[in-house]
Formats: sequence, C-alpha cells, structure tokens
Amino acid sequence: MPLRAWFARSEPQAGAPGLRALVVSPEQWRQVTLDLVAAGARLVAIWASMDELASPMICAAFLAEQGGIVLALPIVDPDVPYRGIEDLFPGAARMQRAMADLSGIHSTDPDVRPWLRHAAWPRSYRPLIDQTPAEPSAAPAIDDYEFVRVEGDGVHEIAVGPVHAGTIEPGHFRLSVVGEKVLRLEERLGYVHKGIEKRFMQLPILEAHRLAAQVSGDSAVAFSWAYCQALEGIAGDEIPSRGAWLRALYLELERVANHLGDLGALGNDAGFAFGLAQFSRLKEQMLRASLEALGERYLMNAVVPGGTRADLAPSDARSLGASVRRLARQVQILRAIYDEHEGLRDRFIGAGIVAPELAARLGLTGLAGRASAQAFDLRCDLPCAPYTQLSVAKMVRSEGDVAARVTIRFDELTESCRLIQHILGSLPEGPHRAPVRVPVDRTVGIGLVEGWRGPVLVALEAGPDGTIRRCHPHDPSWQNWPVLEHAIIGNIVPDFPLINKSFNLSYSGHDL
Amino acid sequence: MLKIVRQIASLGIVSEPPPAADECLRVRDGLQDRIRAMLGRALCIRHIDAGSCNGCELEIHALNNPLYNLDGLGIRFVASPRHADLLLVTGPVSTHMEVALLRTYEATPDPKLVVAIGDCGCTGGLFGESYASRGRVSNIIPVDIAVPGCPPSPTRILQGILTALARSPAKMTTTKAAHAIGFDGPPE
Repeated sequence: MPLRAWFARSEPQAGAPGLRALVVSPEQWRQVTLDLVAAGARLVAIWASMDELASPMICAAFLAEQGGIVLALPIVDPDVPYRGIEDLFPGAARMQRAMADLSGIHSTDPDVRPWLRHAAWPRSYRPLIDQTPAEPSAAPAIDDYEFVRVEGDGVHEIAVGPVHAGTIEPGHFRLSVVGEKVLRLEERLGYVHKGIEKRFMQLPILEAHRLAAQVSGDSAVAFSWAYCQALEGIAGDEIPSRGAWLRALYLELERVANHLGDLGALGNDAGFAFGLAQFSRLKEQMLRASLEALGERYLMNAVVPGGTRADLAPSDARSLGASVRRLARQVQILRAIYDEHEGLRDRFIGAGIVAPELAARLGLTGLAGRASAQAFDLRCDLPCAPYTQLSVAKMVRSEGDVAARVTIRFDELTESCRLIQHILGSLPEGPHRAPVRVPVDRTVGIGLVEGWRGPVLVALEAGPDGTIRRCHPHDPSWQNWPVLEHAIIGNIVPDFPLINKSFNLSYSGHDL
Repeated sequence: MLKIVRQIASLGIVSEPPPAADECLRVRDGLQDRIRAMLGRALCIRHIDAGSCNGCELEIHALNNPLYNLDGLGIRFVASPRHADLLLVTGPVSTHMEVALLRTYEATPDPKLVVAIGDCGCTGGLFGESYASRGRVSNIIPVDIAVPGCPPSPTRILQGILTALARSPAKMTTTKAAHAIGFDGPPE
C-alpha cells in the first residue's frame, strides 16, 4: 500500500502542525514501516507509553514528504517481543534498547544488551512503570558491558571516559586501533541518565516546561518550546502571535550562541587558538546582549505555556538588533580567515566523512544531516508559526566531512542573524502570553521544533487533574551518535576530538 | 595571515580589569597572593560533569574566554585529576556517575578543594533524588563551596572558585604539601 493510503487513514495529531496519528495492528505495523522506509521517510523517535492501568503502546514518529506521522502500536502481551524496526531504521536500535531498560518492553532485536541501564537498578525494575516503594536504592556499583572486540595483529584498544579530559559531558568511547588508525569506535552512553522521564510524571503539567528546558541545557529553548507546543496542542489553546514570534527569536539566538561556540572549539581542536579566542569573545558578547535585552544569558526560563515569560521592550529590541548586526560583521571577517587558513583546511577537509548514501541509510539528522545532503529542516519543511512567514533558507552540503559541518554552521549562523533582524523588525503587536487550560486526561500532544542540533520532539500525555501521565523528550543526538561511530572509521586517533566536536552531540539529551 | 594580524590588532586586549570596589575583587586579589604563597604555582582546576544538563558546562566554557582572563589570574583547567588542586563539579550526581566521581575525587592529590556548581550541584535541583539521581554533590563527596544558579554566570563561578581558595589556608596548614613549599600561615 502506498504511504498516501496510510496517511488517508490517519487522524490529525494535536501539537505541531502537519502531524497525523495512526493506530496500527502488529501486521500493519510491519507493513507501514516497510512503506515508510521505501518512501524515504525519516525516523524521529520511538518510545513506549504505558502505565499500570492502560495497555502498553509503542509509539513511533516519522517524517515523510506528506508530513509527519505518529504510529501507535498497542501491545497485547508485554511478554511477547514486538517487531523491532532496527533493520529498517538503524537509528531505532538504541531507542528500543532504552525502552526495554525503562519500560520493560522488549523488541525482537537480537542485541539485548542494556543501553541506558548500567548498575543503578536491576533488570526486573521498570522505572517508568513500577511505582514506589519498589524503587531500588543501589549501592555505588559499576557493571560489565560487553563491547565488541576487534581481533587481529597489532590491534589494541583505547578506552576513554566517562570522565573526559576537558569540559565535556561524560560518556565512554572504546576505540580499536592499529597504530594511529581507528578500525572501530564503540560508544557507551547512559552515564548522565538521571530519570528525567520519571521526573516528568511527578510534575504538574503546567509547570514541567522548566524540566524540559533542562533535558539538554544547550537546547533549552527548543525543548521548552516543543513541550509547550505539545501542551498547547492538547489544551486546544492558540498562543498570541507575538508570543510565537518571540519564541522564534529565542530559538535563533540559541542557534547563534551554539554555532559561535562550536566554530571556536572546532578551530581550537585543529590547533588554531585564535579561532577559539575570537569566537568565544563573540559568544560572550551575544550572551551579554541576551542578558541585557531578555534577562537571561541562556534562555532557560523564557518559553512558558501560552507564550513567553517576558515581553520585549522596543529599546531592548533595538539594542539586541545592533548587537546582532555587529556580530554578523565580525563573523564575516572570521569566516574569510577560516576559509583561507591552510592549517584549518588541511584538518577539516576530508576528515570524518559521512557520505550522503550512508547518512540516508542511518538516518543522520539535523545540522550534521544537512552537511551530508539530508536536506531537511523543520523550519522549511514542516514549519510552525512564525516560520511559515519567515522563509528560512535551508543550508545543505554534500561532502559530509568536518569542513561541510563547519560550512553549514557558518551559513546557518549568517541566516539566523538575518532572521533575528527580520523578527525584531516585524514583531506583531499584542500580548506575548495567554492563559493555557489544563488538558483533558489521556490526551496526547506532540511538539516538534528544529533546535540548533536538529529536530527536537516532546511527546506529552496528560493525566487527570493537571498531572502528566507520560512525557518523552527526544534529542536528535539519538540518531547521530551511532553515525559518529561510522564517521571515525579509517581516521586517525588525534582527529577523533575534532570529528566528535563537528557533530557536538548531547549526552544529557540522550541519556535522559 | 595579514587578516589574522589585523583582527588581533583591531581588537586589542579585550580582557576586563577586575571591578574596583567589588567584594569579589578583594577575594581575587588576596587570592592570587595566597595561591602563590601556598602552592607556588597556578591553581589547577579539573571539571567533572556528574550528571549535568550541560547548561553549567556552557558557562564554565565561557569562563575560559578572553574577557575573564582566567590565565591572567593564575588559574587554569587541567586534563587530569592528578594534576588538579580544585574540582569543579556540576550536576545532580547521577547514580551511574557516582563511582566515576568518587574515583576522580580519590585520584586528586591532597590538599584539594571542591566547588559544586549550579542549582543541581547545590541541591539536586529539579532532578532531586531518585532511582537514577543521588541529588546534590555533597551527598557523595565533601564540598567546600556551592555556587547556585541555573546556570550560574561565569562571574559567579569565578567568585566560587576564589571564595574556596580564600578559606582554604586554615584547612591546608597541617598538610604535608603546604609545609613542603614553606607555607607558614595565611598572608594578611
């Protein structure tokens, strides 16, 4: 059956625009996922939704040409594994293992190693299902994880982390190398798993946007916006258009700050300390401009249900605009220097290549995806207000190397500066915030926002009396971490930090 | 090359002088003497993310930008806990990071200082204590200074580091390391 027919059967999904919902049987589940992969659809996220009373459900969100579709597969017998989709969408493998760790619901994937669960809780405990007081209190412990061993003459392993040699989040990398050449990288994540999904279930639905902002601090606006989008979708409340425009302003400022930080760090990792000094100075100036105009350096509390926490005074808008204009000029100067610098070109070009075919097969997404010809950007392809009126230029390269990921950052940085000026000049009048009603029990909303790293999803299911039954935040790092393992193959060990940085994936957003 | 030189020359030195009449500054000034008196070298910091959302990491990165001129204060970040005098710890301590945090703490030579960064490091923050989170840093290792904020600004983090050092002499006078370099009491 063509994908069109599945879409025709689907219902509208509350939350982000252009989303449809479809409940499927196990047979249909296999067929529709086959049809999705045949049509070149992208997997956004797969998660389990269940509680003690309701029947378990597998949910999976995809983006196809027709728009987004969220499948729901009710599970009749939780002891019988459901049909995994990791053979069709390789990025699903770790998400399915995480579902087993947190909800005790298993797929048919033969890789049954735990993913997010280390030694903190036993296999029998299902954090998202079982209620206290069954919560185990584990003594400090570490477990043995079965890494894939590479055998052969001269092969040795380099084990790095979880505590890394810089100001970086914790995770473990196991590199199998011959001399300097990397044969294989295997990641082990889950060190910063701090029970975010369980915590959501304990918070009032009208206040949990604060936790959403802390899923991955560098994407605070993207996550809190996606959360609010889901909430407003199920509450049935429109937000004032000024609120939506201000959210877009915040999201672009977040993109600018992160791209500035990355461009400096990438220069530094290639031995160009000048780049770090220059870009970190520019970033600091932007953060201070943010503090001045919006009250926060990082916009951890800016997006709230119904709109934004604060309004923007005309004088603050003018000063912010002037800061961004100065920034854009400086970025052009530095871009010319980066482009012409022999040392940087030597390190960037051809390092950590992800070819477009591989990127498509593995589901590389967001910024890194666009550097490997995966031409998808929610702001262009499935825009919510105000992006429907902003005509964002989509930045795409096809080389798939560190240089391409640097170029995309420069291009998007320049485009975001333009968008910020446009937004500041066109802010609609009116209130910036409207009240949001408490949504009805068992309604589900999906928020979907193009964060600086890629599409951020929040699936929110309301409980009774303003509680949360289930909330699943999804960071694009889930898709891109496994691709990093491929990007490094055949490169030399000293290029690993550079290649890793060119993706700059979130640990916290992934480990939850 | 010419463009690089021109850019450097056109900006000059962007590092900010410490504010004149700030309580924070007094600690910083006295501090530099104390670091020298006690350790005879730069203060070395090792950062540990024990479960943070990465917001605090962004501000620790910012602390290393030219405007804060950390190196000029004699402070720098090092790659190994074995080289560190002070640990900067972020996050609620996730249960999965508990052993790594303890081991890193033990790998740091005495005398050592610990500064907990951010609301989560100070109190456990929104995450609190659960099946996966041990809450505040002081639940796991001794903490000398706790700097709240979500995330705290680089200035606040710097204040925390400086405050930790300001009260450290009393704690350190009896240690071998302090005697070995001829330290005989906090300078006034």
